[in-house]
Amino acid sequence: MQVLDDLWIRIAQWLRGVFDSFLPPWAAQLVMDVLGILLLIVWGIVVVLAFTYMERKVIARVGDRIGPNRAGPLGIFQAFADAIKMLTKEDVTPTNADRALFLAAPIVIIIPAVLLYAVLPFGRGMVGVDLSIAVVFVVAMGGIPILTMLMAGWASNNKYALLGGFRTVAQLISYEVPMVVALLTVVLLAGTMSTVGIVEAQATFPFALVTPVAFVVYMLAGLAELNRTPFDLLEADSEIVAGYFIEYSGMKFAMFFLAEYINLFMVAGMITTLFLAGWQWPILPSWLWFLIKVIVVIFLMMWIRSTIPRFRIDQMLGFAWKALVPLALVNLFVVALVAKLLEPGWARTGVLFVSNLALLAAVGFIMARQSRKREEQARAAGEAAIRRYYGSPIR
Amino acid sequence: MLKTETITINMGPQHPSTHGVFRMVLTLNGETIVDLKPMFGYLHRGLEKTSEGRTYLQAVPFTDRLDYICSMSNNFAYAVAVEKLAGIEVPIRAEYIRVIMAELTRLVNHMLAIGFLFNDLGAWYTPVVYAFRERERILDLFEMASGSRMMCNYIRPGGVSGDLPAEFLPLLRKMIPHLENFVREIRDYLSDNEIFKARAVGVGFLPADMAMAYSITGPVLRASGVKYDVRKAEPYSIYNQFEFDVPTQVAGDVYARYLQRLDEMDESLKILRQAVERIPDGEYATKVPSRLRPPKGEAYARIESPKGELGFYLVSDGSPNPYRWRNRPPSLINLSALREMCLGHKVADVVTILGSIDITLADVDR
Repeated sequence: MQVLDDLWIRIAQWLRGVFDSFLPPWAAQLVMDVLGILLLIVWGIVVVLAFTYMERKVIARVGDRIGPNRAGPLGIFQAFADAIKMLTKEDVTPTNADRALFLAAPIVIIIPAVLLYAVLPFGRGMVGVDLSIAVVFVVAMGGIPILTMLMAGWASNNKYALLGGFRTVAQLISYEVPMVVALLTVVLLAGTMSTVGIVEAQATFPFALVTPVAFVVYMLAGLAELNRTPFDLLEADSEIVAGYFIEYSGMKFAMFFLAEYINLFMVAGMITTLFLAGWQWPILPSWLWFLIKVIVVIFLMMWIRSTIPRFRIDQMLGFAWKALVPLALVNLFVVALVAKLLEPGWARTGVLFVSNLALLAAVGFIMARQSRKREEQARAAGEAAIRRYYGSPIR
Repeated sequence: MLKTETITINMGPQHPSTHGVFRMVLTLNGETIVDLKPMFGYLHRGLEKTSEGRTYLQAVPFTDRLDYICSMSNNFAYAVAVEKLAGIEVPIRAEYIRVIMAELTRLVNHMLAIGFLFNDLGAWYTPVVYAFRERERILDLFEMASGSRMMCNYIRPGGVSGDLPAEFLPLLRKMIPHLENFVREIRDYLSDNEIFKARAVGVGFLPADMAMAYSITGPVLRASGVKYDVRKAEPYSIYNQFEFDVPTQVAGDVYARYLQRLDEMDESLKILRQAVERIPDGEYATKVPSRLRPPKGEAYARIESPKGELGFYLVSDGSPNPYRWRNRPPSLINLSALREMCLGHKVADVVTILGSIDITLADVDR
C-alpha cells in the first residue's frame, strides 16, 4: 500500500537520481521542473479527452440513449475523432472582427486554466507548488477568463457574441463574490491559505460536513464559473446560439473547449480539496482517492447539466446577490463566531453542521414562499382577464 | 456623456430554437425586449395554389406537408371539408379509425411540444429525447396502418386508405396504459421543477380577452381560461359520442400552457380508451371516384387539431379541380399575438414563449 501511495513520488525521485548522475544539480532541478510543467499540461489534455467522452456518455445514458459507440470499442476514441475534426476545419476570421483581440482570446483563455493546476494537490506530497497564498492565486487566475470572454465577445463583432460577452461579465463577477466568501469560510476554519494545508486540516472532518452552506455556495458558484447548467447563459445555445465564441471555428474554437474542460477538472478539484478532504481518507492510495472524488463531483455536474433547465439572466443575478451572497456572509459570521467560542472537535462540528442546515432551510423556505407568491400573482392576472372576457366571475 | 442605445438583433431564420425558419427582428434594451417584429414566409411552398391545379384526391398528400408533426389531423380536416362539399357519407368504422388517429396525433404533438419547450429552456435534450422515444412508438402504429411514419396520407375523403391491420388494435390497447404512465411521469418529474417554474410562471401572459381578439385557438386559448374546443363547440365526425372534458387553466402563461397540454393528453387517452372498446367492424371507406366532381358550391370545415382550429375552405365550380383551396393554419394565427406576449420580457423568454405557442413553420408558411 505504501508503495502504491508513494508511486508517483518514487518515480520522480528515481528520475531525479538519474538526472543527478550526469547533470549539475541546478540543471537537474531545471529538467525536473520542466518535466513537471509538461506533465501538468499533458494532464490537462488527458482530462479534456477523458471528460468529453464521459460527458457524452453520461448525458446519453440520462436521456436513455447509448451515446458515442462508433469510434473504437464503446466509442472510446470519440474524443480523438472530435479533435481531428476540429484540426481539419476551416479557420474563419470574420471580416469586421478586431483581428488582434480575436486571435488573442483563445490563447489567453487557456493560460490561466493550465496555471491553476500548479496549486492543486493531486495526492500526498503531489502538488506543483505549495503556495502559501494558493487560495488567492486560484481566485486571481479564475478572474482572467472573464476578461478573455469579453475580449472574444467584443472582437467577434457579432451581436450574439456581444450579448454573450455582457452576460459573461455580469454572471462571473456576481458569482465571484459568494465564491470568495465561501473560500474565506474554509480559510477561517483551516487557518491557512495553502491548498495542502487546507487538505491536512480536514483529517478528521471534511469541511463539507463542517459547513455545508459554504460547500453548497461554492458548488453553485463553481457551476456558474464553469458556465454549466443551470448557469450556462453565456453560451445558451437555444437563446444566443453559442454566446461569445459563436464566430470561432476550428482550432480556435477547440481552445475554448479545452479551457472549459480543464476548468471543469480544476473546479471539481478545488471542491474536492476545499470540502471533501482532498486526497485524505484511508485504504486507497491518496491520488486515487483524489481522482475518485473529483470524478464523483464532475458526475454530479453532468447529471445537473442533463436534467435541469437554465436560469434567466435577471433570475441568475438575483440568485447570486439576493440568496448566495447574504447566505455566504451570514455563514461566515456564524462560522467565525463558533470557531472563536468552541475548540475544534465533535462539539464544534456538530454545532456548525446544525446551524448550517438551519441556514439552508431558512433560505429554502424564503425562496419557496416567493415562488408561491409569484404563482398566485400569475393566477390573479389570469383570473382578472377571464372576468374581463366573460363579464362575470363565472367561467 | 453617458447614454444607452438599443440594439437590433436578428433572431433567425437560422437559429437553433425558432422551430424552423422563423425570423424575429428584436429591438433590445440590454436584454429587455422593446420591440419584436415577426417575419415569416421562408418556407412558403404555395401549397394552396398548387392544390388548385390538382384533383381533390391528389391534394391529400399536400395536407401532410402543412404541419408535418400532425399529418393525420391535417388529412382529417381536409377529408371532412371535401365530404361536406361533395356530400359523402363515411362508414362508422372509418370514423372510429379517424378519431383514433387524430387523438394519437394529439399525443405526439403535445409530447413534442413539451419536450421542445424544455429544450428551449436549456434542459439539454433530455426531456425531448424521452418525448421522441414515446413518439416513435406511436409512429410505429401509424406506419402499421398507413405505411408511412410522418407523411401518412391515410385519412382520405370517404374514409381511410386501408383497414387497420389485425395487430393494430391489440398493440394500441397495450400502449394506452403505457402512455398514461408516460404522461404521469412527465407531470411528476417536470411540473414542480423550481427553475422551470421560475422561467415559466407569469412569462408570456396572454389575457383571455386579448386571446379572443387575436382569434387564438387550441391549447393556447384554453390555457388562458376560455373553454372553447371545436370538438365540443361544433362536433364533427363522431366526437359527440365520446365522453371527455375540455380542461382549462387560469393563468394564461407559459406554465399554464404546459399544464394544459398535459391535461389534454389525459383527455385524449380517455377518448382512445373508449374508441378502442367500441370500434365496430365494417367498411373502412365509401368509394369516391378519383376524379371527384363536387356540385357547385363552397364548404368550410374545421376540426380541433392539436395546435388549434384547423379549417379548410373549398370552393367548387363543378370541375374536378377545386376553384379555391384555402387553409386556416392554427400555427400562423396563434403566432399573431407573439409581440404582445414578449414585450417587456428578456431575450431568453422569447424562445420559451415561442416554444409554448407550439408552431410548425411548415404550417405557418404553407
